[in-house]
Amino acid sequence: MADAVKNLEVAETAQSQDSLSMWDRIAASKEFQDLMTTKRVFVVPAFVFFVVYYFALPVLVGYAPELMSRKVIGQVNLAYLFALSQFFVAWLIAWLYMKAANSFDRLANDIVERAEKGKKGWQP
Amino acid sequence: MFLVFIAITLGITYWASKRSAGASAYFAASRQIKGWQNGIAVAGDYMSAASFLGIAGIIAFQGYDGFLFSVGWLVAYLTVLLVIAEPLRNAGKYTMADVLAYRLKPRPVRAMASLSTLTVSTFYMIAQMVGAGALVKLLLGNMVTYNQAVIAVGILMIVYVVFGGMLATTWVQIVKAVLLMAGTILLSALVMAHFHFSFGEFFRAISQVTYHDAKGQLVVKDFLQPGLRYKPPYGPMDLISLGLALIFGTAGLPHILVRFYTVPDAKTARHSVVWAMVLIGSFYIMTTFLGFGAATVVGPDYIKGHGGNNMSAPLLAQALAGSIFFAFISAIAFATILAVVAGLTISATTSFSHDFWTNVIHTGDERKPGEEVLVARISAFVVGAVAIAIAIALGLTANVAFLVALAFAVAASANLPVIVLSIFWRRFNTAGAVTGLAVGLLASIGLILVSPSLMAVDPPTVTRTARHLIQAKAWFPLENPGILSIPLGFIGAFVGTMMSREPTSEHKFNELLVRANTGLGAEKATAH
Repeated sequence: MADAVKNLEVAETAQSQDSLSMWDRIAASKEFQDLMTTKRVFVVPAFVFFVVYYFALPVLVGYAPELMSRKVIGQVNLAYLFALSQFFVAWLIAWLYMKAANSFDRLANDIVERAEKGKKGWQP
Repeated sequence: MFLVFIAITLGITYWASKRSAGASAYFAASRQIKGWQNGIAVAGDYMSAASFLGIAGIIAFQGYDGFLFSVGWLVAYLTVLLVIAEPLRNAGKYTMADVLAYRLKPRPVRAMASLSTLTVSTFYMIAQMVGAGALVKLLLGNMVTYNQAVIAVGILMIVYVVFGGMLATTWVQIVKAVLLMAGTILLSALVMAHFHFSFGEFFRAISQVTYHDAKGQLVVKDFLQPGLRYKPPYGPMDLISLGLALIFGTAGLPHILVRFYTVPDAKTARHSVVWAMVLIGSFYIMTTFLGFGAATVVGPDYIKGHGGNNMSAPLLAQALAGSIFFAFISAIAFATILAVVAGLTISATTSFSHDFWTNVIHTGDERKPGEEVLVARISAFVVGAVAIAIAIALGLTANVAFLVALAFAVAASANLPVIVLSIFWRRFNTAGAVTGLAVGLLASIGLILVSPSLMAVDPPTVTRTARHLIQAKAWFPLENPGILSIPLGFIGAFVGTMMSREPTSEHKFNELLVRANTGLGAEKATAH
């Protein structure tokens, strides 16, 4: 594995004469753009959703205490159930991310393999 | 009970010291820690005295509002999972400053990052040591003084870190996390047994907790009702501010971030976050039983007279199963503190020796092999000694929860903005990182200094040791500065960046982007 890293560095110095380094070539490649798009499609909505869902809790508890104090099951009120639901929503998002990340790994591994094989740099 | 735990951990330290040769081994356990092991260690680092003793205490006295701490502490891991863990593992070596140093000028950035890491770690550590001192003092009564307890904890932690490095701290953390989970599950089961395994009965009891309020009047309160801690007019905003500090602070805590360098690759880093989330989430759900259990079974009045709110969980154990279980739970709390302090020390010393000594003072060259590890060992001594000294100076009166909240707020305001911007913003540069770190650090600490935690006018009846530090009306109305200091950290980084252009940083953005997202060229595990 250490060899692979060394090769990368050799490749990098060889490329540094050009205006574009190996990194720039990879960054511009279709494969890498695909990886970034795939990630963004999952991560951005997931992040926005959890931030909105989480901050709904302090906002509602702070500014609508009557609504949140309404008892739902026996003595258990809406505020407690909403707080409890946060745990399960967080676990659900983490699980979905784990599943989605398998496809990120596949795309990333392809790029790493190609870069490490092409010792003279990235040739798309 | 204490002695058994200490003997086990010293055994681990001895075992680890024979295996920790070289910097990668000492600082990052050779990057060989498995995903589930690292997940337990992350959870162990996170479930500190503030969680076990602190949250149980807040819920026991202020009910539902205390449970909101539990929620924030878990959900925060989604920020770590979705945004921080994998890029950090792919692009870094030992510390968060490694990621910044890829694109930016290493010396100023590492110097500032090291300063903020040391600040966050020290605040966090002092809180733990004050807690340990108080716990041991209350347990052993007249046998030891607070000062002796703090010194003993400090010395043990120095031994773990100096001799065992990251491998020993990781295993100490794992042992402790397992113990803590076992103790919590047992305690929760006993609470439910007390209510004949009927949730209806349990929640009925929670809805009518009887105690004497601050004015000495007997009151009956529904502890599931929000608003016992965060009251109008500023309470709701303070709650949002606390949420911001928790959600964005966790991803900037140095002792959590270093854990992602101990695993072989980004995929394992991801798995360890998910493992940690399972453990942390289960633990924080069970704070329902610990906190509300203490409120209903023991009652706030009794706890107040027997060591204060931080002793809620141990007192609950005593009430349910007698003094042997009380000793067991206290030993777990003590082990928790010891392990967290060791984890904090290793992240502080790694930052000092790797960032400051090697890369700032000696501009990136390790002059002799092994020097970085030697410096780390020496600085573990120094950090330990400083923490012992400050914890003794603050004494028993220091507010533990307040110090931990400060650490989260500083991490969210100083560390998080620069990590995020360096990964995601091409235009970002050295000036921006330095101003971002400086503004975040100053804003969060400054706002806490003028907050109601430190500034208030006490009535003359309050005893001298319990008085607020500054006797004047607070200038900033919120206890937690997050809502203002986190945006200020981002604005500082943005304005600093716009003041100048740095073509090398923009040019190297592609390298960081590719490394962070693919793991190309990342540090690999080392074989023995």
